Amino acid sequence: MATAAPLDACAEDRIRAILDTVLDPEIPVVSVVDLGIVRGVRADPPAVLITPTYTGCPATLAIEMMVRAALDAGGFEDVAIETQLSPAWTTDWITERGREQLKAYGIAPPPRGAPSHSLRGTDMVECPRCGSTDTVEVSRFGSTPCKAQWRCTACLEPFDRFKCH
Amino acid sequence: MTALLSSTAPGTRDAALSDYALRLGDDSLILGQRLGEWCGHAPALEVDLSVANFGLDLIGQAILFLGIAGTVEDKGRDADRLAFHRDVLAFRNCLLVEQPNGDFARTMARQFLFSTMQVALFDALTHSTDARLAEIAAKAVKEVRYHAELAADWVIRLGDGTEESHGRMVDGFDWCWRFVEEMFDMDETELALASEGIAVDRATLRAGFDARVEDVLREATLPVPAYPRAVRGGRRGHHSEHLGHLLATMQFLPRTYPDAVW
Repeated sequence: MATAAPLDACAEDRIRAILDTVLDPEIPVVSVVDLGIVRGVRADPPAVLITPTYTGCPATLAIEMMVRAALDAGGFEDVAIETQLSPAWTTDWITERGREQLKAYGIAPPPRGAPSHSLRGTDMVECPRCGSTDTVEVSRFGSTPCKAQWRCTACLEPFDRFKCH
Repeated sequence: MTALLSSTAPGTRDAALSDYALRLGDDSLILGQRLGEWCGHAPALEVDLSVANFGLDLIGQAILFLGIAGTVEDKGRDADRLAFHRDVLAFRNCLLVEQPNGDFARTMARQFLFSTMQVALFDALTHSTDARLAEIAAKAVKEVRYHAELAADWVIRLGDGTEESHGRMVDGFDWCWRFVEEMFDMDETELALASEGIAVDRATLRAGFDARVEDVLREATLPVPAYPRAVRGGRRGHHSEHLGHLLATMQFLPRTYPDAVW
């Protein structure tokens, strides 16, 4: 493989802008950047560093393919994509904007400081539809590995909650 | 144990490390495959989702561990190759994970015992001097804690439930109990790796495991079975007949169509 030229600051910015447009395939309102999956852009040798959310998340491969396609379309065929496991992804890396987008999409965002919380999640969970905190967990696992199923006892609607991780 | 790796050739260390990564990966792979059998059959939709998600997490771990095993072995085998093109005698998983699901109670007993061990193991493995193992463990332990906790919830709910569910939970633990010892066995390979801080000395995890299991069983109003004569051999490839059947299902497609891709 030919050695790719190092990225200059301008190219790094353009790559970051491209990554901002790549949406999570299973939550197609939040970008991979806002989800905290992108760990960085390395100048030399040029690479985008991404980290999986869950070890077995089937979306990981899809995300890599989408990032690849976006980079190629932007003229960055030479920029590699590398998976970085450490430090392990945590929901604390979801940006404020990402949290707002999750909520608007109907998914209760995880609270901050998640890793220090007990798995029991004693904190209050706000219904993303009506805002009530009168909510109960229905199932620890939901439609994807990263979500749990909850129900609002005020508006009676079920909703997904992004698990603390 | 005198055969410490520091005094041996790097090739020997590689062989041990590859074997260790296979053991870790095979435990996760085989249990992941077993849990997949529940998909569409679990008692309720939520349980179906939970069990399938456990399986996904475990298979994700397996991909990473088997990837290391293949890299260290350096014979051109990747994780897929190791998962789908190895025969039963070459598998290194412990016997507990290959046991048939039985009813839901037995599946939860198996999960509780395995995940409780795995939490302790991965917690310790985050300190491994092998950075690759340490980072996989750090990632996976967060997921496995969930498994252990959910399985404990079910053990308590069923054990402290009806006469029927209590009886089934007792039977489930009775079935699984003889396979517990093997999960904590140390052999020459692991002792040598542990002496270098690469592997975890499983014996050090035992007291914590026993305490946790006893706590949960007490809360579940279940008796703690006496340890019967342990059954072991998985780490050397001596498996129960069940593993062959599992592999036949799991490996059929890639072996019949070797060039098939997603």
